[in-house]
Amino acid sequence: MAEVLVYVDHVDGAVRKPTLELLTLARRIGEPVAVALGNGAADTVAALAEHGAVKVLTDDASEYADYLVVPKVDALQAAVEAVSPAAVLVPSSAEGKEIAARLALRTGSGLITDAVDLEAGAEGPVATQSVFAASYTTKSQVTKGTPVITVKPNSAAVEAAPAAGAAEALSVTFSDKATGTKVTGRTPRESTGRPELTEAAIVVSGGRGVNGAENFALIEALADSLGAAVGASRAAVDAGWYPHTNQVGQTGKSVSPQLYIANGISGAIQHRAGMQTSKTIVAVNKDPEAPIFDLVDYGVVGDLFEVVPQLTEEVKNRKG
Amino acid sequence: MSLRIVVTVKYVPDATGDRHFADDLTVDRDDVDGLLSELDEYAVEQALQIAEDADDAEVTVLTVGPEDAKDALRKALSMGADKAIHVEDDDLHGTDVMGTSLVLAKAIEKAGYDLVISGMASTDGTMGVVPALVAERLGVPQVTLLSEVSVEDGTVKGRRDGDAASEQLEASLPAVVSVTDQSGEARYPSFKGIMAAKKKPVESWDLSDLGIEAEEVGLEGAWTKVEAATERPARTAGTIVKDEGEGGKQLAEYLAGQKFI
Ligand SMILES: Cc1cc2nc3c(=O)[nH]c(=O)nc-3n(C[C@H](O)[C@H](O)[C@H](O)COP(=O)(O)OP(=O)(O)OC[C@H]3O[C@@H](n4cnc5c(N)ncnc54)[C@H](O)[C@@H]3O)c2cc1C
Ligand SMILES: Nc1ncnc2c1ncn2[C@@H]1O[C@H](COP(=O)(O)O)[C@@H](O)[C@H]1O
Repeated sequence: MAEVLVYVDHVDGAVRKPTLELLTLARRIGEPVAVALGNGAADTVAALAEHGAVKVLTDDASEYADYLVVPKVDALQAAVEAVSPAAVLVPSSAEGKEIAARLALRTGSGLITDAVDLEAGAEGPVATQSVFAASYTTKSQVTKGTPVITVKPNSAAVEAAPAAGAAEALSVTFSDKATGTKVTGRTPRESTGRPELTEAAIVVSGGRGVNGAENFALIEALADSLGAAVGASRAAVDAGWYPHTNQVGQTGKSVSPQLYIANGISGAIQHRAGMQTSKTIVAVNKDPEAPIFDLVDYGVVGDLFEVVPQLTEEVKNRKG
Repeated sequence: MSLRIVVTVKYVPDATGDRHFADDLTVDRDDVDGLLSELDEYAVEQALQIAEDADDAEVTVLTVGPEDAKDALRKALSMGADKAIHVEDDDLHGTDVMGTSLVLAKAIEKAGYDLVISGMASTDGTMGVVPALVAERLGVPQVTLLSEVSVEDGTVKGRRDGDAASEQLEASLPAVVSVTDQSGEARYPSFKGIMAAKKKPVESWDLSDLGIEAEEVGLEGAWTKVEAATERPARTAGTIVKDEGEGGKQLAEYLAGQKFI
């Protein structure tokens, strides 16, 4: 059976959820072989084996942390040469897309980014994408080389599928371009204790209607009652009310949760681009004409300062 | 020594317009109004600021696109760029990212450069990979997705706010940079700028000027193929209630019915 390379996104050995989703998709096309790089690479093996990796190629050279992107491209290229896979799957983070693109170019292969689904086809994998702010769905295929495909979070379910997960050292010779861009400092993001925005099953967002940084406490309280992540519109971020890392939309994160609750957000096309594929959409807005209401499964026309606290209270009561 | 900055800008269909696909499954660029991608305005802005801080610098804006793409160049020139290059060729229709990055890299080499500045992503394709591909092709460092950038003594420095961490980056010139919409508001063209832009030089190059064969680009040269494009069905109309004092409770009831609580 053909092998499929899966690039592992992990933080010091803790595998992030989108990688486990990629293993589910990879198993539809062939046998997953994972590639884990950097500090803690060896610690990823157990989780990857649990979810279907027949083999895990690891390398923990310090170059991966000290220089931007290129060392990882060198490693993935070495893995492609060693395995001759049927496809390479990479999580669709900003960095993941850059790594995938350079790998594709080097190996003379076509690139598909931001797939939301993947199936085996007669002539290789068929990727589903959602384009023009999710107003169109396309199906695409790579026609040259080894398909390199990046996949968005929440595109497949995580499935337990115990496999051998044989760990093997990947031998990488870095190119002379590998050390071109130095990482001279790194400030890890502080954890809020809430789920990751892109991975969360429920996202509660606030926009300009929240009207002040201090009022975001209302949004956070609702999020916490539901075990949700907190999002924000660009208007709220630009006003300095909430961090840019929480921005949902074209120039922020793209989310696709089971439930998205938009509070005081009008629903501009650039915001929709980042949330339109959510399964269930709910909005609270005092303007009945707000475009967000065109998208909702359930909408409340009202003042969020009345509706949101009442909702939070009711959720807490029901959860008891 | 002068600092040669090339800014890559894309002419895109207006996102607030009705964007769709043409019969050959390429982006329809005829029926929708186009404009300079808003995200590339940030690249032009940073280029102008870097040029203002340098002793002697020249900012060239470069686009690959159809005839109308000249509008994007004019806008960038009216913001303050010095000159423009338009790569246009009928054989470019349907070119994918691999082809686009090839054309951009060849044009950048022909123009001569110390620093390339791009936007974080185009607002139509939104792949966000062209800068990395151009860096790979040119064989120079990529310093991408910066929310802060500066150039001093032949070194470019910047801050990249990633998912897990915020990173400080550094590379020697020549290099390829891309900037995000967090890098600072782009200036509006002044009346004087708009008038001056009319006299600034716009060069036109085609594929033969760049030594690129027609087969390397266009739909035929693409390494991927769109098999089908379907308009997403409009979401079925949802339930909308007006808050009469019980809106929060009604919403909770709905969420409970959907098993979210
Ligand atoms: C290139 C580009 C990229 C962009 N990227 C993004 C992006 O990634 N993400 C993003 O979100 N935007 C993005 N935008 C901006 C986008 O166009 C909108 O400006 C933005 O989404 C508006 O945010 P908003 O809905 O919070 O604010 P507004 O549009 O001002 O809407 C506020 C809403 O709150 C309602 N409201 C006010 N008070 C209350 C109250 N007390 N109770 C209930 N409702 C209330 C109002 O009725 C209104 O509908 C981008 C724009 C461009 C040009
Ligand atoms: N046809 C083009 N002409 C000029 N620049 C482009 C073109 N396509 C992409 N770019 C540049 O590459 C960046 C990222 O584009 P993309 O990878 O398509 O999202 C854009 O912000 C532009 O700076």
